[in-house]
Amino acid sequence: MKSQRALGLAYLTPYVVGLLVFTMIPFVASLYLSFTKYDLMSAPKWVGFDNFVKLFTRDRTFWKSLNVTLLYVFLTVPLKLAFALFIAAILNYRLRFINFFRTAFYVPSILGGSIAIAVLWRYIFASEGLANMALDLVGLGPVDWFGDPGNALFTITLLRCWQFGSAMVIFLAALQSIDKSLYEAARIDGASQTRIFFAITLPLLTPVIFFNLIMQMVQAFQEFNGPYIITQGGPLKATYLLPLYIYEEAFKKFNMGYASAIAWVLFVIITVLTLVAFWSSKKWVYYAGDKRS
Amino acid sequence: MDIHADMDMDGFNEARAARRARLRALSAALRYLMLFTVGLVMLYPLIWLVGASFKTNAEIFSGAGFIPRHPTLDGYIEGWRTSTPYTFGRFFWNSFLIILPKVIGTAISCTMAAYAFARFDFPLKKVLFTSVIAILLLPNVVTRIPQYMLFRDLGWLDSFLPLWVPSAFAGDAFFVFMLVQFLRSLPADMEEAARVDGANSLQTLVYIVVPMLAPALISVCLFQFMWTMNDFLGPLIYLSSVEKYPVSLALKLSIDTTEAFEWNRILAMSVLTITPALVIFFAAQRYFIEGISAGGVKG
Repeated sequence: MKSQRALGLAYLTPYVVGLLVFTMIPFVASLYLSFTKYDLMSAPKWVGFDNFVKLFTRDRTFWKSLNVTLLYVFLTVPLKLAFALFIAAILNYRLRFINFFRTAFYVPSILGGSIAIAVLWRYIFASEGLANMALDLVGLGPVDWFGDPGNALFTITLLRCWQFGSAMVIFLAALQSIDKSLYEAARIDGASQTRIFFAITLPLLTPVIFFNLIMQMVQAFQEFNGPYIITQGGPLKATYLLPLYIYEEAFKKFNMGYASAIAWVLFVIITVLTLVAFWSSKKWVYYAGDKRS
Repeated sequence: MDIHADMDMDGFNEARAARRARLRALSAALRYLMLFTVGLVMLYPLIWLVGASFKTNAEIFSGAGFIPRHPTLDGYIEGWRTSTPYTFGRFFWNSFLIILPKVIGTAISCTMAAYAFARFDFPLKKVLFTSVIAILLLPNVVTRIPQYMLFRDLGWLDSFLPLWVPSAFAGDAFFVFMLVQFLRSLPADMEEAARVDGANSLQTLVYIVVPMLAPALISVCLFQFMWTMNDFLGPLIYLSSVEKYPVSLALKLSIDTTEAFEWNRILAMSVLTITPALVIFFAAQRYFIEGISAGGVKG
């Protein structure tokens, strides 16, 4: 038994070392750094809450960036999930070629955050690009996708919604695991398709919706490649998400202390929202075998 | 009377069945139409990308069609040459040099961790497994700066080490999680039998567990390949000399350094950089779909 324990820990050693060296220590170190002024040249200098005071009271870039980030997350995550669920629900019927469609819809996700796709987006949404040509065909005027601060963020949201594939595959797997007899019983009782969807399908999907919600949210808060390549944070900082701001403070200006402070604010926001999601999940997530109705 | 009623019922049922069949056909047609439209919108940008990479620069913004009127390989030839002293071949080679050790390190370290979690009991197991979930949810942005300082102090900047090493220590918690879930669903009978026959735990791991884990391990390797191929921020932070750039950085570089109207070069190189991922995806899509369905995935 004792050797069993030693063996288990032995196999886990690489993970534990990695956990300490690459996650735990950096995690604590970044909290410490957020209370310092540090330019990589001289030793970090303790400045107390100065960084945070500056962030919240004097840094207009930060407020702009925070605003844009929240807007981006609250726009992208629900749109992407709703779209993924909608398509998964259509695919769930016993259609032929379902595998073909599933593959086709998944392809954009495979290319994920690749630079090539961000490049493609620049071309498609250029003023004379594919998107405006398509709009022209249906008689709609050209849209200034990137030049207009009101549109630029939405164009990046579109890019991420286009990559709804992995959320869709998870939804589809969950849909296919729903017990078919539930549907038959409902149909015999004369329930309509809409009613069946909202009374049976949706409640049974809530655990997966919850999972997708958390994963997509954590990911959306860290969006970097899209705005960095497509809009460089512009125009007028309309797509200047917090990860871009952190990157520029840390790796362009080498204000490591200040950048850590921003990173921690972002971290706290993500954590609070995740906790809110977990807390609220008791009210809306349904687990099979649960006594509550 | 009875006979009449029966006949009426039959006629009624027939009409109802026919109506239902019509409705079903209509709804199926609607669904196909919807799927087809969405599919077209989803895939057309990619089709256009491939077509446009063979167009002349004058033609790229002149129409929405994807078939080039005057097909040319100029984009590929000029783009491959790049404005640096290196060709794109060099950047592909760099990407390969980053990916291969990273994938191997990931596979080995994550398998070991998953084996420990799924098959052994040890102190702090619960806490440690919770840490896997915690890392899964922890935004990288909060650890990035101290990690950078660590690698700087080790003298690893401008080398591939910062990209390889964290993965070799099972740093990608998602894969550990996925393998643990998979391994827990497999019975331990074979391993017991091997132990009775005198195999030690390492032999059991290599000869029994790894072959059983193979489908999940393939998913792990494929996803790691894909993510590393697409990774931009890691190389952007750690690599400074052009000779070490992977394709993602090289593509960004070519946007910055190419003349504003040489669109086809950039499009051609974009096509090349996504080709490996697409080829691997189509060759092994089963593992991707199963991988995501099993654990849920970012992306």
